[in-house]
Amino acid sequence: MTTAAPDVPKKGLFGRPSKPYVHPYLGGMVLGIVLFLALFLTGNGLGSSGATSRIVTGIEDQIVPAHVDRTPYLLNLAGGNKNPFDDWIIPVFFGALIGGFASGLIFGRVKLETTKGPKVTNRMRWLMAFLGGMLFLYGARMARGCTSGQALTGGATLSAGSWVIMFSIFGGAYALAYFVRKLWL
Amino acid sequence: MQFPLPAFMVVSAANPWTYLVFGLIGFAFGFTLEMSGFGDSKKLAAQFYFTEMTVLKVMFTAIVTAMVLLFGASGLGILNFNLVWVNPTYLGPGILGGLIMGAGFIVGGFCPTTSLASASTGKIDGMFFIGGGLFGAFLFGETEKYFAQWYNTAGYYGRLTLDQVFHLPVGVVVAMVVFMALFMFWGAEQLERIFGKKDLKKEPKIRRVGAGLLAAAAIAVILIGQPSAAQKWVRIAEAKTAALNDRSVQIHPGELLVSQADQKLNIVMLDVRSEADYNLFHIKDAKNVPLEGIRNLVPGLLSQNSANTIVVLMSNDEAAASEAWKVLQTESVPNVYILEGGINNWISIFGKDEAGITPIPAAVADDQLRYSFAAALGDRYAASAPAPYEWKLEYTPRIQLQRLRNLSGGGCG
Repeated sequence: MTTAAPDVPKKGLFGRPSKPYVHPYLGGMVLGIVLFLALFLTGNGLGSSGATSRIVTGIEDQIVPAHVDRTPYLLNLAGGNKNPFDDWIIPVFFGALIGGFASGLIFGRVKLETTKGPKVTNRMRWLMAFLGGMLFLYGARMARGCTSGQALTGGATLSAGSWVIMFSIFGGAYALAYFVRKLWL
Repeated sequence: MQFPLPAFMVVSAANPWTYLVFGLIGFAFGFTLEMSGFGDSKKLAAQFYFTEMTVLKVMFTAIVTAMVLLFGASGLGILNFNLVWVNPTYLGPGILGGLIMGAGFIVGGFCPTTSLASASTGKIDGMFFIGGGLFGAFLFGETEKYFAQWYNTAGYYGRLTLDQVFHLPVGVVVAMVVFMALFMFWGAEQLERIFGKKDLKKEPKIRRVGAGLLAAAAIAVILIGQPSAAQKWVRIAEAKTAALNDRSVQIHPGELLVSQADQKLNIVMLDVRSEADYNLFHIKDAKNVPLEGIRNLVPGLLSQNSANTIVVLMSNDEAAASEAWKVLQTESVPNVYILEGGINNWISIFGKDEAGITPIPAAVADDQLRYSFAAALGDRYAASAPAPYEWKLEYTPRIQLQRLRNLSGGGCG
């Protein structure tokens, strides 16, 4: 154990100087190849919002199984002896968590911090992030998928509904952007 | 060999390594998002103030790259596009849900997967977004019952792709999307120059080469085209003809009767005879679809989300039903069976003593009715809906539920 490589920087993986992000077109191309491989190999695209429903329903099923069996939407996910975690989107969800962490680690971006506009306090940002997450996932479950499951995946497979959803997402965000500009500018 | 591989289509504890495959896909997904800067909410929100158009550039580059590869592979015949999940269209919930997502995006600064990349690299706001997201998903599960009808039906068009909407060849739509994206990239760069004070001269020149390659690939997709029904059939002809010949897809009338009564199954009966024959006599709940119209049902059957749907085809004997079976096999519809011996065989079991149904004594050509009817009663003959408990029939069960994909389908379901 004493023969650790001498050229490892003092702060180890977590203290690396952070490197710049890749060029958007390059990042997009790599993402497109990942998306293609997912569709090509498995017939499923990418996604994550479906996993949130399944995680929440899985927890509800532990606490109030009878309630799950009475609620039609939850019944589909975890009714009876159905296992809500028995779905492709669960490993994709946790894989994405680990993958994001790995990229952050390699490029020196793992750091406890809050990303926010210059004029907001941390607390305000956290509150808004929570609120935004709540809205986003409510909308994502309604639309049967989020920016990944609908806009990216459905966009690439030319699903008509997904293209409508994609423009709705951007439309909603642009329509509201002016009114919440203090959060970001 | 054709993709997608059936072994990879469903996560299952029986094949633990499927977890690994999907886990790796997720890993690559999270990695590329973080690498592109989507762990930082400022970068995402900047999209909506025109200062930095990274979101649009990454998203549309990813969409057009995947799309060109996908339809190229489908055109070359190495990918079966019918087995690729296409998000079914629900306009109502899609539009309203999309607008709500947009609001969540600009307020919260993330979308779900980018919040994963953010939280996992230590961004506290990303963690709060996930917390809020789980709460939002919880709220949806609890409130869906108040608008379930609207949620499940409003603007439903099933598996609908843009080429069907515009009545254009797939390749042309692919090229249109590519050129639209290239135009949007140009526009995005102009906006960044004006609002973000960005110096475009510092942008790498190689992006023009990339744009050129993409345009060339899109033209290639048009030139390759998509495989015709005949070409698709040739690929599977050997295996499918064998299945027809060893009679593993023909189900006994007794099995159909039992399956109809099985609450766990959703039986879709398609009667491919002429409307005249159908009006004379048909099995209750069977739908009349002329053989030439069977192809129109394919998008609907492919977007059937329930893994327990069984399609049973029937004609007077088996000839027309077998033709219809080939069409549905060509289009990769799962769980399709043929009623053994057709309607004639059905009547010979359930209607041989019924008043008003008389056997035709003379010889009858193949796939024609061998019975004459006193009146065109349709499904109001007793033999149209025999009571399952009155019949104990011997048969070899053929139906094997083939689970094509997870219950949620693909996408985020």
